Amino acid sequence: MKKWNFLAIAAVLALAGATLAAQAADKLKVGFVYVGPIGDLGYTYQHEVGRRALQKALGDKVETTYLENVNEGPDAERAIEQLARAGNKLIFTTSFGFMDATVKVAAKYPNVFFEHATGYKRAKNLATYAARFYEGRYIQGQIAGKMTKTGVIGYIVSFPIPEVISGINATMLGAQSVNPNVKFKIIWVNSWFDPPKEADAAKALIDQGADMLTQHTDSPAAMQIAEQRGIHAFGQSSDMIKFGPHAQLTADTDYWGNYYIERAKLVLAGKWKSEDTWDGLDKGMVVMAPYTNMPDDVKQMAMKTEAAIKDGSLNPFKCPIVDQDGKTVECKGGSRLDNGQILSMNWYVKGIDDKVPGK
Amino acid sequence: MQLVLERRPERSVLIGIVSPLIAIALTLLTMAVLFAAIGKDPIAALIVYFIDPLTDSYSLQEIAVKATPLVMIAVGLSLCYIANIWNIGAEGQFVVGAVCGSWLAVATNGTGVGHWVLPAMLLLGALGGALYALIPAICRVYFGASEILTSLMLVYVADLGMDYLVRGPWRDPHGLNFPTTADFDAVATVPILIQGGRLHAGAIAAVIAVILAAVLLGRTIMGFEIRLVGAAPRAARFSGFNTDRLILFTFAVSGALAGLAGIIEVAGPIGHLQPGISPGYGFTAIIVAFLGRLNPVGVLVAGLFLALTFIGGEEAQIAMKVPLDLTKVFQGILLFYVLACDSMIIYRIRLLRTVSKPVPAHA
Amino acid sequence: MPDALVEVVKLIFSVNFILTATTASTPLLLASSGELVVERSGVLNLGVEGMMIVGAACGFGGAYLSGSTLIGALCGILGGMALAAIFAALTLGLAVNQVATGLALTIFGVGLSGLIGAAFVGQKIVPASHLHLPLLTDLPVVGRILFGEDAFVYVSIALVIGIWLFLYRTRPGLVLRACGDNHASAHALGYPVLKIRMLAVLFGGGCAGLAGAFLPLAYTPFFIPGMTQGRGWIALALVVFASWRPGRLVVGAYLFGAVSILGLALQPLRLGIPAQFMNSMPYLATVIVLVLISRTRGTAGSTAPASLGLVFVPDR
Repeated sequence: MKKWNFLAIAAVLALAGATLAAQAADKLKVGFVYVGPIGDLGYTYQHEVGRRALQKALGDKVETTYLENVNEGPDAERAIEQLARAGNKLIFTTSFGFMDATVKVAAKYPNVFFEHATGYKRAKNLATYAARFYEGRYIQGQIAGKMTKTGVIGYIVSFPIPEVISGINATMLGAQSVNPNVKFKIIWVNSWFDPPKEADAAKALIDQGADMLTQHTDSPAAMQIAEQRGIHAFGQSSDMIKFGPHAQLTADTDYWGNYYIERAKLVLAGKWKSEDTWDGLDKGMVVMAPYTNMPDDVKQMAMKTEAAIKDGSLNPFKCPIVDQDGKTVECKGGSRLDNGQILSMNWYVKGIDDKVPGK
Repeated sequence: MQLVLERRPERSVLIGIVSPLIAIALTLLTMAVLFAAIGKDPIAALIVYFIDPLTDSYSLQEIAVKATPLVMIAVGLSLCYIANIWNIGAEGQFVVGAVCGSWLAVATNGTGVGHWVLPAMLLLGALGGALYALIPAICRVYFGASEILTSLMLVYVADLGMDYLVRGPWRDPHGLNFPTTADFDAVATVPILIQGGRLHAGAIAAVIAVILAAVLLGRTIMGFEIRLVGAAPRAARFSGFNTDRLILFTFAVSGALAGLAGIIEVAGPIGHLQPGISPGYGFTAIIVAFLGRLNPVGVLVAGLFLALTFIGGEEAQIAMKVPLDLTKVFQGILLFYVLACDSMIIYRIRLLRTVSKPVPAHA
Repeated sequence: MPDALVEVVKLIFSVNFILTATTASTPLLLASSGELVVERSGVLNLGVEGMMIVGAACGFGGAYLSGSTLIGALCGILGGMALAAIFAALTLGLAVNQVATGLALTIFGVGLSGLIGAAFVGQKIVPASHLHLPLLTDLPVVGRILFGEDAFVYVSIALVIGIWLFLYRTRPGLVLRACGDNHASAHALGYPVLKIRMLAVLFGGGCAGLAGAFLPLAYTPFFIPGMTQGRGWIALALVVFASWRPGRLVVGAYLFGAVSILGLALQPLRLGIPAQFMNSMPYLATVIVLVLISRTRGTAGSTAPASLGLVFVPDR
């Protein structure tokens, strides 16, 4: 009698346990590690937008978590590992500075899939992804080149990493394609976001003759100043039209939602594999905010360029490209620069009379 | 009727023992209220914060890893603070120490040097931190400039200086031009103590620092001088102790410890020099020093406890979506309570019948 | 090189540069004015950064919810004062170490402002409006500088003048200074040292809160966590820089504001100096100036209020 009871209970428990485990296994836990606060209205905010899109799209099949303000030092490794230990099977680390930390944790947890944004180290369970921001900047460059009356474009930037440099170059190439004599004035604020400083930089650039502003920093401060001073500007990472209803021409927004949904689906289907994804306008990773505050012909030009980049007929970094010392840059991708060259870019194109800091 | 603060005839031993416990209890209570206010289950949150990290080897190791730089820096700072010498620039000394030690690692990278490299790096780090700390000390001793502000301003300068180095001359040539040095060679890396975890030899260095500081304070003339200058500055002057020498000494020692912590952190858990090597260790260490009541062993305990709150805070973010800002609030509140409770060691509160106010004298 | 020098001089004396520098200097002036009064009374409150950032969060929240810059400013002031009250309770009520409490206040304030501000991130408000007097504002050069600023700028100047008058031309101000110079004597004379200090601390908190509120209300009309970016610490340095005198405080605040802008504005002129060095100019300048002025005064900190930072418990 006792033995039967015991077996019965054990069987029920086993069944319950299996059902629970199965249910738990059904819900894919996806983790995100952010370098900044989701309130930065810029880069991290866009990743958060992507996460929310993922949660919404796959609803009861995924459970997402995020850690924000994770410092890029030893804390990063712990943050990523804690997500892995908490049962997350797909983890996105959204800043370049998390690279080594992600590599280390990925080695320890071979059954968890890791995705590192804007990095270049991969492993069997570690993929990389980034967006071709420079495509959007080429279009912005064209618009700016066409619309500037003073011929001076102001550029507010954070740190001289390749992504930022390639953005500057792409903007210049775009501008030169419609206005060969355009000039840039560049200010490095040494921070991804420091709104008052970005505002100060914007004012200084305007005072020094810029009538178009573009930025590679994360807050809407410069857009605000542009609105106040009655000039035009481009938003960065997020659509900043709210802060510059008359100033914003467009913004090259990052949209990670589609990518996150796609990768989660691959995990659910058991088909995830490590690869390097570098998509742009064509796959919707870079999305241009609606073109506004510009004359119709400029808008048509921008839309045409966007379409050309999307279908591949126009490449912002098509050869020949001459650097600021006058040398023709070696063209490793056939008719255009190859990925490696863009990812490691630390030189300026001809026409930019400034020096890359730290060279 | 009014409440007055009155000095006790002698320090209360009972309160001295009980005060940290009361402070912690009050903090837990306040945190429970705050958790409830933002809609989280207080008990569950407190468990995630304090109990969970203690339950497995991984978290325990992480607590030690996080606590190592905090304890090392705080030990040095407590030596300064006992003597009312305010070194607020430990963050800058941390960075400079990291830079000096990294110089050797970068210079010898890939050249197959021997094992002498790591100790040399550590020495350079300590030396660099000490020299950098001597700048505000000298400004104070020879020019009378406030060491609080000079040491603080130099933090920004150190950060910008390191930023320049890793983006320019020291940048890894194979690193796709990202601002980081090449990864340090194995011989230039601080060894791990337990395989599979991150606990490294730096933790041992931190404990040694605690022991040395305790010995210094308790058994040397210099230690006596430090304590005397803090407790009774006039008496110290009359005894012939030279305050200037003390300022230079304590700044140099705390700078050396901060610099050592810096190079250990870079040559250990991080593995290369990059911007953002410190999430504010130099400032958090100030909190640790006070939480530990400026006593080396107390600093060790306080450092571990604070590290626990960091780890717990991260786990709470994951498990319960508790915002990270709450951890900062919590750390601030903890210090408030500790300071308040400690005050009761020296003072007591009395309820008195109002005495007629003395009439202000007119000039 | 001479060309570059001409460019730099032209830049510094341009109207726009002066306007931008004014905006950068105003939060520094507001915060340091309050702290000057606090330190003159003998208390060292290192929590200025915490009070400022809570002021920023409360100020923006208030303005966003009410639609009025004035209400936002008041909320900022109250936020700063609330934090200052905690500081006063601990350091004056319980005779706790001021340095430790100030630092704890900063960490607490940064965390608290993040919690308060979380609800308002991404929102935008109408920035504080600028004065416009029909004939005066349109005057060339001086028009906008003197008559076209926003209310905060005028308040900051009025505040400094008011503080100067208070400290040097009124009896209560004299008493306050006495508390800072020698609290034992002041107490012996019958003055309520603790109460005076408490009022000073609350005043300082209000100023810091206002300074913080200026950032999201006028400087850049939105709130982002951590937007004070260390300005509270600069304000503390400025008080020492000014040798605790209001007149010099204005000079210091505007000098610092101008230098920090200069570091940015000089970059496009391509003088060949690394950007990091330019950005470190304000901090290096502060250290150098601190050393120089302390040196001319002679012995260590002799211009500081002698009782600054010392614990005071009235004996009975």
